Amino acid sequence: MNALFSLLRRDLLLAARQGGGVGTVLGFFLTVLVLLPIGIGPDQATLQRLAPGMLWITLLLAVLLSADRIFQQDFEDGSLEVMAMSAQPLELVVLTKALAHWLTTSLPLAIAAPFLGVLLNLKTEVIWPLLLSMVLGAISLSLLASIGASLTVNLKRGGLLISILVLPLYVPILVFGISACSGDANIVNPSLLILSAIALASLVLAPLASAAALRAYLK
Amino acid sequence: MQKFANPTRFLKFANTALPYVWSITILLFAVGLYGALVTSPADYQQGETVRIMFVHVPAAWLAMMIYSVMALASGVAIIFRHPLADVAAKTAAPIGAVFCFLALATGSLWGKPMWGAWWVWDARLTSMFVLMLLYLGYIAIWQAIEEPNRAGMVARIVALVGFINIPIIKFSVEWWNSLHQPASVLKMGGPSIDRSILWPLLVMGLAYTFLFLALHLVSMRSEISARKLRTLLIARGNQS
Repeated sequence: MNALFSLLRRDLLLAARQGGGVGTVLGFFLTVLVLLPIGIGPDQATLQRLAPGMLWITLLLAVLLSADRIFQQDFEDGSLEVMAMSAQPLELVVLTKALAHWLTTSLPLAIAAPFLGVLLNLKTEVIWPLLLSMVLGAISLSLLASIGASLTVNLKRGGLLISILVLPLYVPILVFGISACSGDANIVNPSLLILSAIALASLVLAPLASAAALRAYLK
Repeated sequence: MQKFANPTRFLKFANTALPYVWSITILLFAVGLYGALVTSPADYQQGETVRIMFVHVPAAWLAMMIYSVMALASGVAIIFRHPLADVAAKTAAPIGAVFCFLALATGSLWGKPMWGAWWVWDARLTSMFVLMLLYLGYIAIWQAIEEPNRAGMVARIVALVGFINIPIIKFSVEWWNSLHQPASVLKMGGPSIDRSILWPLLVMGLAYTFLFLALHLVSMRSEISARKLRTLLIARGNQS
């Protein structure tokens, strides 16, 4: 357990000190937020209608673009091999690294996005449900991204491949994330419950899949 | 199953079986197309366009079945390490993708006169579209990794992860939006379509299945030869 905690601490420190941490991802998010109204037009009513969907899709893209960070560096400098040979099961190592990605990328974005939605004239009553659905969805987003990252860890043009592999898996999260915004912000809102169910299921299954993929490359 | 762990034995089986499989395919297509184009009546609402259904529905069935075959073969590859399972899964994917594309294309040809649009973002269309993306991702991972053994190990995981997600994706898009007609062949209380249309549809379904079988055998055969060639070339490269 201690080993896993120190691994988590190491990943968080690396993200904080190397750059490419929370700040860069937020910067990416803001840049897309500026481009969207330019592409669609500044009409307030249109932006308001499109805001939840655009925020969600920007979140998906930001998580996806940072996904290769989860394993690639550690694979290249060999530290992943050391982790694989350690006493900890590789599944737990993978889970810890996905957790670090969640803490440094998808969770901060999920918390910031609804408030940045003000820039898109997001309705104030949508902010709370959007926040809840994004925080719940962010767990599964990071875990599924870790599957994609492990599948493409040693490929030269892995970035594009990750999108093809992972984005189809994001469809359910997007559907329920959006539908949570149209309903009430009640915690027993069915969409939020399903999002939690998806998060729990991916918490169990994603580490198994990622670890199996990493083993194929580490041989 | 274990008997065919030997590729040579499998090749022998494929070579003897293929002429029969092709003949059955041609026969079934002849009967099915005759039923679909000649004997079955035109629909009172849809007119002659209803006949697109006979090529559309079996293609959609096959697209879903082939993904299951792929996932099953990948599972067999993981559990039993059957040497041909990866070959089976790999070669099934492009065929499945083509059937998936066929279902989407014929559906869109039918949608234009019926719904007034080539494409609508309806639940079934969307989930079929996502299925095609899953196929493409699977094919892409095989192409991205050069070494076939490692590619096989990674691709198995892609196939299985996709397979677990298909029902969730299907359920979620149905929740999202549905315009497509509900299932009318497989449901409680028997099929709700008339016999004159049902039998050509089922024969066409069988014909498609045999077509897949034939194409799959041919494709597996050439994949095995390609791997043999690869091993020979590497061996020769090491010598010189």
